[in-house]
Amino acid sequence: MTQDEVVTAIKDIIAQIAPDEDLSSLEMDVRLREQIELDSMDFLDIVMELRKLYGVQVPEKDYMELATLGGCVKYLHPLLEKKSLHCAQRA
Amino acid sequence: MAYDTLIIGAGMSGLAAGIRLAQFDRRVLVLERHSLWGGLNSFYKLKGRPFDSGLHALTNFVPKGTAGVPLTRALRQLRIGYDELKLGQQGHSEIRFDGRLLKFTNQPEVFFGEVAREFPEEIDGLRRMVHEFAPYDAVSIENADSSAREQLQRYVRAPELIEILMLPTCIYGSAREDDLDWDQFQILFRALFLEGFSRPEGGVRTLLDLLVKRFRKVGGELRMNSGVQSILVRKGTAIGVRLDSGEELLAERVFSSAGHAETLRLIHGQDNSEHRAAGDASAGAARLSFFEAISVLDTLPANLGIDSAVTFFNHGQEFRYRRPKTPIDVQSGVICSPNNFERCELSEGFVRFTALANHAHWRNLPEPEYVAQKQICADQMLASATAAMPALGAIGAHSLMRDTFTPRTIEHYTGHVGGAVYGSPVKCRDGRLGVERLALIGTDQGMLGIVGALLSGITIANQQALMEAAR
Ligand SMILES: Cc1cc2nc3c(=O)[nH]c(=O)nc-3n(C[C@H](O)[C@H](O)[C@H](O)COP(=O)(O)OP(=O)(O)OC[C@H]3O[C@@H](n4cnc5c(N)ncnc54)[C@H](O)[C@@H]3O)c2cc1C
Repeated sequence: MTQDEVVTAIKDIIAQIAPDEDLSSLEMDVRLREQIELDSMDFLDIVMELRKLYGVQVPEKDYMELATLGGCVKYLHPLLEKKSLHCAQRA
Repeated sequence: MAYDTLIIGAGMSGLAAGIRLAQFDRRVLVLERHSLWGGLNSFYKLKGRPFDSGLHALTNFVPKGTAGVPLTRALRQLRIGYDELKLGQQGHSEIRFDGRLLKFTNQPEVFFGEVAREFPEEIDGLRRMVHEFAPYDAVSIENADSSAREQLQRYVRAPELIEILMLPTCIYGSAREDDLDWDQFQILFRALFLEGFSRPEGGVRTLLDLLVKRFRKVGGELRMNSGVQSILVRKGTAIGVRLDSGEELLAERVFSSAGHAETLRLIHGQDNSEHRAAGDASAGAARLSFFEAISVLDTLPANLGIDSAVTFFNHGQEFRYRRPKTPIDVQSGVICSPNNFERCELSEGFVRFTALANHAHWRNLPEPEYVAQKQICADQMLASATAAMPALGAIGAHSLMRDTFTPRTIEHYTGHVGGAVYGSPVKCRDGRLGVERLALIGTDQGMLGIVGALLSGITIANQQALMEAAR
C-alpha cells in the first residue's frame, strides 16, 4: 500500500462505521473528531476493522496516533506497506 | 465445535451483543427459549391482525445525523442505517394529572412552556435541573444509586410537579417502588422529554427484522426453541451451557439477558436453597409488573378525538408506583395509540392501556377465573382512563376486538420472574456476576427500554470481549 492507499483504506473503514458522514473534504492534519462525529466507540471500531481487514493490531495506548489522517498514515503505513488495499464490504 | 460466545436470549440486548461480536468474526450463537425473538418487545398475530407485545414508543428520538446520543450511537455500532428504521414521529403526548393537562412533543420547548403555564414559579428550577444533568457519558456504568425524589427537591418545590415528573419516568423505566435512581431519572427525562417518541413504520417488527437480518448477515447463528437449563461453570469460570434438551454447548464466554436473579438460578440451580437465598437477596426480587389491554377499533382514534400518541394519567395528588394489593391499580396508567405516530401503516385503530399489576394474584388464578378477571380488569382500566381522557368514552361503540395480557403472560414468554418488565431494583452495572467469562446484559445491567437494552448488549460486548482482544 502506498501512503495514499492508507488514506483510502482508513476512509473506507470510516465510511462503513459512519455512513452518513461526508468524507470528501477531510483535512490531513486536523483531528478527525473535529471534522466528523466520531466517539471512542467509533475508534474502537476503526481498530477492530484494521485487525479484521489487514491483521494489524493497534494497542490501546497507541489509539492517540490515529487522531488525524496524517497520524494514521505515519503510524499505519509501515505496518501496511506490504499489504494490499481491499475495501471493507458493507458486511 | 466450540463457540466464542453463547448468548442467552434473543431480545434486544442479546441480538445487539450478537451483532457486535459476529461483526468482528466471533463465532456467536444466540439461544432463545421461545419460538420467536424479541423478548419483552416482540410481536404476534391474533385473528389476522398484527400486535406488538410491548412497543408503545421508541424513546430517545433524534433527527437523522444527531451525534453522540443513544439512538444514533446504537444504530452506528450495529451498522443499521437511520432511514432503515423508518421512524415516524409522535404528534404529541400528554400527562393528565388530577385535572391538569401538560402536553409534550419532540420539541422540548413545548413541555417547558406547559410547565411554565401550570407552575410559573417552577420553570426556572426545571431548566436549571436540565442544565445540570450529567453528560451522557458520565451517567453510564459506575454511578452510585440515589433517590430521584430527593434530588428533584433541589430544583422543584411544588410537590405536585414532582409527582408529575415521577409519573412518566417511573412507568417507563423504574424497577424501584415509588422512586427511581437519580441517574436513571436523568436518562429517562432526556429520553422522554428532551429527545422524544417515535415508532418504526410496521412496529417493533421492523426493528427486529433489521437486527435478525444483520446478525445473520455477519455470520451469527440463532436457535429458537432452545431454552438454557443451566450455565456450566468449572472452577469459577463459565465454560458453556446445558439446554433444556440436555444438549451441552461449550464456549469461551457466555452472556445472559435472562435477568439477574434468573441468571443466578441458571448457575446455582433451582434447588440450591443456600445459593438461591443469597442470590435473591443480592439481586433484589422484582416487584413491579403490568397489565395491558389492547382495543382494536373500526375507526382511527383521531376520528374520535383521541389524538395523543402516549398519555400518562393519574387520579389524585399522589402518584403510587408500587405493587398493588388488588389485581391491578387503575389510579394511574398509560394510554397509547400507534395510529398517532407519523407513517403509521395500520388501517384499523389501536388503543393500548397499561396499569400496574400484582403478579402473585394473576399467577395463582385458576384458568376460568383468570380469563374472566382479565375482562373485568380491562373494563376497570378503560373506565379509569376515560375519567382522565373523556374522548375514550366513544371507543366502546367502535370496538372490534380486545386482547389483554398480564404479569403471568410476561413471565411465560420472557422467563422474567414475577413478570418483571424493568427487572430487578438492584442493577448490576458492570454486568459481572462473580463468575469469570460470564456477563449480564439487558435490563438488569441498568440500561432502560429498547434503546437502552440495545446499548447494554453493545457496551458489554465491547468491554468484555472486543476491547480485551484489542489490548
Ligand atoms: C408491555 C411492555 C411495554 C413496553 N414498552 C416499551 C416501550 O414503549 N418503549 C421501550 O423502549 N421499551 C418498552 N418496554 C421495555 C422493553 O421491551 C425492554 O426494556 C427490552 O425489550 C428489554 O430487552 P432485554 O434484551 O433486556 O430483555 P428481554 O427482551 O427480556 O430478552 C431476554 C430473552 O431471553 C430469553 N430467555 C430467558 N431465559 C432464557 C433461557 N434460560 N434460555 C433461553 N432463553 C431465555 C427470553 O425468552 C427473552 O427473549 C416494554 C416492555 C413491556 C413488557
